[in-house]
Amino acid sequence: MDDSNNLAPTRSAVLRNVTLPVAGAVALGLLMQLVVGPASGPYATRLMLDVGVAIIAAVSLNIINGYTGQFSVGHAAFIAAGGYVAGSFTYYCSLLWWGEYAKHGGFLGMGEWLFFCSCLLGGFGAAALGWLVGLPSLRLRGDYLAIVTLGFGEILRVLLQNTNRQIFDAEQLRDATWRQLVPPPLGGAQGFSDVPKYTNLFWMYLMVAVTLFVAVRLKISSTGRAFLSIREDEIAAEAMGVDITRLKVRAFIVAAFFAGIAGGLFAHQSGTVIRPIDAGFQRSFEIVIMVVLGGLGSISGVTLAAVILTLLPALLLDFAQYRMILYALLLILLMIFRPQGLLGVKELWDFARPWRRGGTRT
Amino acid sequence: MDDFLQTLMTAVSVGSLYALIALGYTMVYGVLKFINFAHSDVVVLGAWFSFTLATWFLPQMGIDPAAAPWWAACGVLFFAMLACGGVGFLIERLAYRPLRRAPRLNVLITAIGVSLLLQNVGQLQFDLGAGLRLPFGTQPQGMPRLVPDVALNDAAVARGVAGEGGSSSTLVLEHPAVLESGRSYRAVVYRDNGAVERARITSSTGTYGAGAVMSLGSSLTRPPDGSVYVIRRLARVPIAMIDVVIVVTAGGLMVLLNLLVYRSKLGMAMRAVSFNTDTAALMGIPVDRVISFTFVLGAMLAAAAGFLYAIKYTTLQQPAHAGWVLLGLKAFVAAVVGGIGNIQGAVLGGFLIAFIEQFGAVYVSSDLRDISVFAVLILVLLVRPTGVLGSPSCEKV
Repeated sequence: MDDSNNLAPTRSAVLRNVTLPVAGAVALGLLMQLVVGPASGPYATRLMLDVGVAIIAAVSLNIINGYTGQFSVGHAAFIAAGGYVAGSFTYYCSLLWWGEYAKHGGFLGMGEWLFFCSCLLGGFGAAALGWLVGLPSLRLRGDYLAIVTLGFGEILRVLLQNTNRQIFDAEQLRDATWRQLVPPPLGGAQGFSDVPKYTNLFWMYLMVAVTLFVAVRLKISSTGRAFLSIREDEIAAEAMGVDITRLKVRAFIVAAFFAGIAGGLFAHQSGTVIRPIDAGFQRSFEIVIMVVLGGLGSISGVTLAAVILTLLPALLLDFAQYRMILYALLLILLMIFRPQGLLGVKELWDFARPWRRGGTRT
Repeated sequence: MDDFLQTLMTAVSVGSLYALIALGYTMVYGVLKFINFAHSDVVVLGAWFSFTLATWFLPQMGIDPAAAPWWAACGVLFFAMLACGGVGFLIERLAYRPLRRAPRLNVLITAIGVSLLLQNVGQLQFDLGAGLRLPFGTQPQGMPRLVPDVALNDAAVARGVAGEGGSSSTLVLEHPAVLESGRSYRAVVYRDNGAVERARITSSTGTYGAGAVMSLGSSLTRPPDGSVYVIRRLARVPIAMIDVVIVVTAGGLMVLLNLLVYRSKLGMAMRAVSFNTDTAALMGIPVDRVISFTFVLGAMLAAAAGFLYAIKYTTLQQPAHAGWVLLGLKAFVAAVVGGIGNIQGAVLGGFLIAFIEQFGAVYVSSDLRDISVFAVLILVLLVRPTGVLGSPSCEKV
């Protein structure tokens, strides 16, 4: 057996694992941006952007709650962290380089590449936070972990509320004293506004496709199987040689990374101001509902739930008062009558091809 | 020193509120082994039921909520506890009992669902006629103080019948009075119809003879001629009546709970169910009934906490407000820090959290008070996950 040879990626493997998915993601983004977007008008475009954020958020939370069986209710904190990091990076870089925070360059212009980099940066920032939150999960289970993640979200919210005022002028930014920069000028309780509006359907659905692809590949990888084993029985998994500690933290880091990207995309959407309250538990609960409704562990189910639960309020505008009541009842009834969610751990394609059982069945 | 004593007083009063709420968390955790996320919403219900009772029911009975006798306040508390007990019973019966054998994660999600349901149903409002509006709507409301806003350690320095010529913002003295420098004074005016009005005295310090005119910081509704007045010197560290009421009520309920749990047959059944549900069932204990009872008990304590919170802070935020959730979270943190499932632990944790929060706010930074609580939680969970008084549990494989 020569393991080193097997580890070197062959050309076809690179094609299959990297090139094709990226090409697919770019194609989806271009399709959404150039065909679907113009054809469906600004209101529908806005909705599709919201749906995109919801999909990335829910699919990434699914990695923690669905695959690994840890119960995190602090996902909004990762999203907000990513949003703040990405939004402030784009905003202050724009101020420094171009002297203004307006949009710079057209489709795929310089500005959009800056935006892309800051989204990645937001992802890394959130991942660092995910590592930090993942640490206590080494010792905690179930409801305790839920409370700690909730607590982290609240801590982040309070910290964000106590940040400095946003700097709106390039001159002021250059002359800023350290007092204005520490704690960072993120707008305090008013929130961080005027982030350049770079998010469009192309970048959104590119990221959605990448997230979905990573989620699918992760689930059928050895890491994913280890995640699932932790979810089914932690002690048995440990006995089989699964490094529980490291994998739990890894689940948090991966999920937080994508949540951070979702936050970055959210921050650059037109008309949004990111506020400390975005890190709070109410937004987290909404994402948890998506994951539970879709089926803990089912990527297609969670995606479907994210789409439905984002479009539903737009359809039920007249009943806005009753929307959350409906959600709550849905959640309770679902837990009583169909605790595994709409699809359970199955994927949509498992239903389409009943003769071929996927390797993910548990 | 004054600061310290004042903070101590606040901490004790807030701590007893936390302890009352934490008891509900801990008892439910004891028998069902899950966090009842909806518990903080029962506290909210308790506060808002008290509001409805005080502002609608008391006037219906011909009692002015602004000058309610002490038994009216007790009545409000009693009925709020009763109503919340009923709600607690329904929650357990309809949402949690069908999940008795389900994985804990499902019950946890259901609890979040129940919490969201209570919050959002509470935000609706329908007019039920006769001025009764239920549930509670989305606007903050002012809760009437059912306990007079006085300090027990104020000293009366002069009293008498207000002389002729006083206006709505002045008071003519019958007897001489001395106003010391560096102290605050307040006039309390008693009307013939039983109403009591209070106003700060803004006259400069010095000696005032009979017939002198004192100016008041705020206007009274009617010139005080002929009504009885008392001039009180405010204490440097006031022991507010409301804080005493809170500590006494909460303490009384805790003693009752302790008697119930450790001295009664029902309490023994609760402890047995908490120790091992299956064995308890085999021993002939009606497990479902005991669990229902525990829920009702927890909900009643929550209602009492809600009532006390409402009359202490007098501004009621709408049911889904983050402040309520934070209150519930802190109480939950108290339960965990004390050792969840342990009744003495919940009380200890409640006071501990309140002390850390209040003293942290005064001596470190008031902006970071919420952080300190969660930091303590994370620290305790990392160092001693079972809490201060919790017993370590080992899992059999």
